[in-house]
Amino acid sequence: MSIFYLIYIEFMIRLNAPHWLIFALWHLILFIFIAILLVITVIILVLFERKYLAFYTRRKGPNRVGIYGCLQTVADAIKLLFKENIEPKNIDKMIYYTAPLLVFSPIMTVWFLIPFTSGLIPFDSSCSLLLFMALLSISILAILFAGFSSGNKYSLIGGLRACAQAISSEIPIFLCLISIAILSGSLNLDIIVKTQKDSIFDWYIFPNILGFIIFFISALIVMNRTPFDLPEAESELTAGYHSEYSGMKFAMFFLGEYALTFIICAFTATLFLGGYNSPMGFYFSDLLNLPIIFQEFLKNIEQFIWLMIKTGFLILIIMWIRATYPRLTTERTLNLSWYILTPLAIFNIFIMSLYKLLRSIL
Amino acid sequence: MHIILSTIDNIYNWAKSNSLWPLTFATSCCGIEMMSATASNFDIARFGSEVFRASPRQADLLIIAGTITYKMAPILLQLYEQMAEPKYVIAMGACSCSGGMFKNDSYSVVYGADKIIPVDIYLPMCPPKPEALIDAIKKLQNKIKQESLIKREAFISSHKTNLHLKDDLDILTLKEDVQIFKMGL
Repeated sequence: MSIFYLIYIEFMIRLNAPHWLIFALWHLILFIFIAILLVITVIILVLFERKYLAFYTRRKGPNRVGIYGCLQTVADAIKLLFKENIEPKNIDKMIYYTAPLLVFSPIMTVWFLIPFTSGLIPFDSSCSLLLFMALLSISILAILFAGFSSGNKYSLIGGLRACAQAISSEIPIFLCLISIAILSGSLNLDIIVKTQKDSIFDWYIFPNILGFIIFFISALIVMNRTPFDLPEAESELTAGYHSEYSGMKFAMFFLGEYALTFIICAFTATLFLGGYNSPMGFYFSDLLNLPIIFQEFLKNIEQFIWLMIKTGFLILIIMWIRATYPRLTTERTLNLSWYILTPLAIFNIFIMSLYKLLRSIL
Repeated sequence: MHIILSTIDNIYNWAKSNSLWPLTFATSCCGIEMMSATASNFDIARFGSEVFRASPRQADLLIIAGTITYKMAPILLQLYEQMAEPKYVIAMGACSCSGGMFKNDSYSVVYGADKIIPVDIYLPMCPPKPEALIDAIKKLQNKIKQESLIKREAFISSHKTNLHLKDDLDILTLKEDVQIFKMGL
């Protein structure tokens, strides 16, 4: 069991707390940890994206609020909180108000599946990969809800586009996950990370580079990021599926989008880039001579930092793509995922099975 | 009570004034200058307002960049009414301030956008330079920083338009002198 959990249990038993309280409080602590991490990450990510795009077009980016504009997203968040809540005439009320919650809650649930460190896996399940795919599909359904209930033709088109894209790109994603499951022999993310811990050459990106590329492109399509951001194409569909949403409801969509970006990058890092493992095969905290509990603690922090570095690298690539490429059309996006990515992913499963077989024989 | 409210006021005004998201709305040549203001030489992103929202529900600032004709007037009014509440208007360019060079003899141009919707900042010149637009945004920020939540009710009621918007959108009625504009006159 993880070191944090053991310390927590020790502490609570000394306080003579009842069992149900120990259990409930641990989950509450995990929830608060994830919630704070999510909000901080999204705030940093939005600001970073604006600064990064500014860097690409040789601008300064936000720099008046706080030092180097560090409070810009905070100002945006406060403004969106206070903004008027508009209720259009033609909406389907029930679905209209459920959609922003439904888009956000599955994405937040996905955050619990990630092994952040070897000692901190908020929800350790034996079928994490399956859960990941299932929860991802629910958030797409919420986008369809939003488009459908707004009573606006542009919203409807945006929602349908998002749905079509998601259906077509979830198949290659799933096939890539199958290739990872074949390599590691498990659907559990913790085991997947532990099987690639010895050195940088154990990472699954090296046998499975094709799978990595397919997964990354399909993930871009699912996230509605820039070369495939058809559901909210501004020049065609005003703001796509969220064009009738104002204030906090719009902010929920925004939050969900960036939380999804981060979590898919963290997932890619976990599956292909060795997760929280350090690329050298050892940790800097192992070199220190400290009491075991401090050493374990430092090691966990170091693992968390490694995961964040890998995730940040992937996010950087996504933003680089956003700053560089124009938007594809709908039928090209769909053709890409149905005619190119899906057959390649099936072919990739075949190769990976062969690789696994040869490795077990040799 | 006043102490609490004034503290909230300060935070809220700070947030509002520093994230003015403009609506993508440009009717003529001033639009080019507005686009230029977002580009690298001038960069209104520094003041946090490079986030051009295409949907009026999410925008805070309506920059009327260009001539408003009678045909465009109902659309402008509709966009203004669709925006969510803390909303501000900059009339950019001589045409939207007063009618500009069309002032005396044009049959199709509205002589000033303030005939249709209330305007916060007037920015004359034909067309204004991007620096001037940035200056207008700075002035609007200063104006927002003077606001308070207590006076908000009066503020909103003073920001109502004096035009009626009918359902079919092609008839626009002025309340004061009973004047009816049809689309395209």
